[in-house]
Amino acid sequence: MTALLSLQAVSKRFRGLLAVDRVSFDVSEGEIFAVIGPNGAGKTTLFNLIAGEMAPNGGSIAFAGSRIDGMTADAVCRRGVARTFQLVRPFPALSVEDNVTVGALLHRRYVAAARQHALTLLRRLDLFDKREQPASTLTLPDRKRLEVARALATGPRLLLLDEVMAGLRPTETDRMVATLQGLNRESGLTIVLIEHVMRAVMALASRVLVLDHGIAIAEGAPQVIVRDPAVVQSYLGQAHIEDGAA
Amino acid sequence: MITRLFAGLSARALLLLAALGVVLLAAPLFAGDYLLTVLILILYFAYTGQAWNIMMGFAGQLSLGHALYVGLGAYVAAFLFTRYGIAPWLGFLAAIPVAAACGAVIGFLAFRFGVSGVYFAILTIAFAEFARIGFDHLDLVNASAGLFLPVAQYAHNDLWRLRGNPAMFYYVILAATAVALVLSRLLLTSRIGYFWRAIREDEIAARAAGINTFRYKMYAVMISAAVTAFAGVFYAFFYNNLFPEQVFGISRSIEIILGPIIGGIGTLFGPILGAFVITGLAEALNAVMLHFGLDLPGAKQVFYGLCLLVVVLALPNGIWPSLESWLERRLRIAEKTQ
Amino acid sequence: MSFDVYLNVAVAGVLTGLVYGLMALGLSVVFGVVRVVNFAHGEMMTIAMYLAVVLFAQFHLDPLLMLVPIAAVLFVAGYALQTGLINPFITRPEHSQFLLLVAIGLIIVNVLLILFGPDARSVQTSYAYDSFEVGPLIVDASKLYAGAAAIVLTAILFGFFRFTRTGTAIRACADNYTGAQIVGLNVKHLYALTFAIGAACVGAAGAIMTLIIDVTPMLGPSYTLLAFVIVVTGGLGSMPGALLGGVLIGLTEAFAGLLFTPSAKSMFAFGILVLVLLFRPQGLLGKRLT
Repeated sequence: MTALLSLQAVSKRFRGLLAVDRVSFDVSEGEIFAVIGPNGAGKTTLFNLIAGEMAPNGGSIAFAGSRIDGMTADAVCRRGVARTFQLVRPFPALSVEDNVTVGALLHRRYVAAARQHALTLLRRLDLFDKREQPASTLTLPDRKRLEVARALATGPRLLLLDEVMAGLRPTETDRMVATLQGLNRESGLTIVLIEHVMRAVMALASRVLVLDHGIAIAEGAPQVIVRDPAVVQSYLGQAHIEDGAA
Repeated sequence: MITRLFAGLSARALLLLAALGVVLLAAPLFAGDYLLTVLILILYFAYTGQAWNIMMGFAGQLSLGHALYVGLGAYVAAFLFTRYGIAPWLGFLAAIPVAAACGAVIGFLAFRFGVSGVYFAILTIAFAEFARIGFDHLDLVNASAGLFLPVAQYAHNDLWRLRGNPAMFYYVILAATAVALVLSRLLLTSRIGYFWRAIREDEIAARAAGINTFRYKMYAVMISAAVTAFAGVFYAFFYNNLFPEQVFGISRSIEIILGPIIGGIGTLFGPILGAFVITGLAEALNAVMLHFGLDLPGAKQVFYGLCLLVVVLALPNGIWPSLESWLERRLRIAEKTQ
Repeated sequence: MSFDVYLNVAVAGVLTGLVYGLMALGLSVVFGVVRVVNFAHGEMMTIAMYLAVVLFAQFHLDPLLMLVPIAAVLFVAGYALQTGLINPFITRPEHSQFLLLVAIGLIIVNVLLILFGPDARSVQTSYAYDSFEVGPLIVDASKLYAGAAAIVLTAILFGFFRFTRTGTAIRACADNYTGAQIVGLNVKHLYALTFAIGAACVGAAGAIMTLIIDVTPMLGPSYTLLAFVIVVTGGLGSMPGALLGGVLIGLTEAFAGLLFTPSAKSMFAFGILVLVLLFRPQGLLGKRLT
């Protein structure tokens, strides 16, 4: 069975800096895959390469069997890859409902149908009560959920989440984890997430990739990764092992 | 479609709208020639403002060269009429592709190459100036000497050839403004409107949501251009003379944006409200100056500049949003006290 | 046409271009540092031009002598404008700033129209019709003095930014606004100072310009546009770029006037603007904008 998302030796260079250095990995359909690593490791760059914000200098990115590297961001989204941003980007003056409707209109001709779908998603993500508020008035956790709702509205097969837990309190983190697990279970949505919040990574991911200085230094099940000496050295630190992973 | 047109408006708002409509329809019966001309001017600016609003208010692209499309509409229709006797309505049909094509060129140059914001505005100014100088040297339309339409006293109104008394022109521009309003409302509440607003708010996020921003920005520019062209046709047949300096000049482009900015960019009624306010005040100023025997060419433009300054400083979103919420509060209070 | 004619036109173009460059320098500096797009740039120049005209008409003071006082007046006006109106606008969306200056420009043009009327005014100096002959070259005295004055002033400006403390501080603000604040620079004051310098530049250029062209109120918007073409061509934020752009546009206009009709010369400047925006948006010498 071919992987839904497949990266082969993907590299990205910015002037002198090699931000992503021949990274390869596969994600199967229905999987939840996490990418972790210290700041500056190249995680968001990796996302930007997949999502079409920029093109890689080397290697290839394939989605559902066909190449997507070099395609524009909107074309990639139309193919079925949706993403959220590390620093959330809602449409500030539009209402919560309109924000999500925009996403829903990608594959729907008529506003009425799109709005219906948007409302369903808002209920799912606990934003229904705030649907008429301008997005600019939302708190950060709500904005994160809005971002996820809007991305989901585009009907993706693959969802890229960029540090969606950052800034959330533990209860909110658990809530988001539960929502994502639910989506994954019910519709088989494949999720790739960048995360620093290990609690979420351990709860969600079936496999983890560790990046450091643009290089993939480890890949495998979360429990295994967390004990990998190279990973501990570069990122996690001793304390976390004693903390006890899963 | 009818429900979509009026969705979201309360019964009282509809009533107000209807009342306004009746007043405007009946105006020629009560207004003298001078007042009628002022109303025509107001509606003309309401129309062009609304057309401009499609590009700026909806899609977020600042154009300071919209006089280009007015001029193109005017010259194409006037040329076809004076040379071949073709009626202005057909002339408008001919002007649409011309204006849309120009818009497409500007849009393509700008969007394909990432020219946006202030640079885009400068590009639009440059194109309008280019047209002004170009037409100033175009002997086909009499260059700087001006293109004149034959004016004759007609016993009756000729709607087909747009020859007639002010009242006829009034109803034409009133109808056009109403159509522009309806068109804007339909566009705003449709898929394209949602995409435009998303692009206006955050182009990167819009792309991430799958919107082909290049294509939709092009649509905005071309539709705005085509709609504006009709104002040119009207201008040509109402004033009966065209000079490149007058038609394509940057003052014209600035006049076009005054209404929407003062009334409220991106809102439905902003441009119309703005047009009423600015033209009304300008004429009042004129009347006052005349009363004191002052004849200062340029005073009106200074006034426009001051209004623009005040609005940009104090009411950046225009008058309409504040007015709208004030009205809503009053209507709610009125309903409660009943 | 003979080589002589081309040569003379080229020299005239370069000299005029130097003055254009000085004018555009003000715009470039202001944008490079304060990040404000001064859409009233040309209008400010016309104020300076009218000042020169009036001073000459009333007191027979040569514009080149009046350069400094006129520049000083514009300096003060620029400082006041920046502190009073523009500073609060730094955080506003781009088009708000732009429209603010469009409004100011509109007001200036029409106040000048009311004060001076639409007819052209000029400065007829004693050397207005003199010229120098160097071999095949016949150079207008006015143009030569104008070009020379422009070069001197530009050199002074370059020197200021390179060698003085204030100049360096201003360049620091341009490079890194937050960094500059952290280091303790009074950024608001420096911004105002920069705008004032830009205004002084344009004031000096205006005074010099009266030697070459006649002034009408409508000159303002035309020159604002020209300044933008020059700055975009040369590179926004690059001082040598503004000068280079000015000379380039001066040459283009001179040759366009020679080979086609003089009144169509701006069309070529616009052509260059479009080409630059398309193929090299950072301009000839500019830095890539983020």
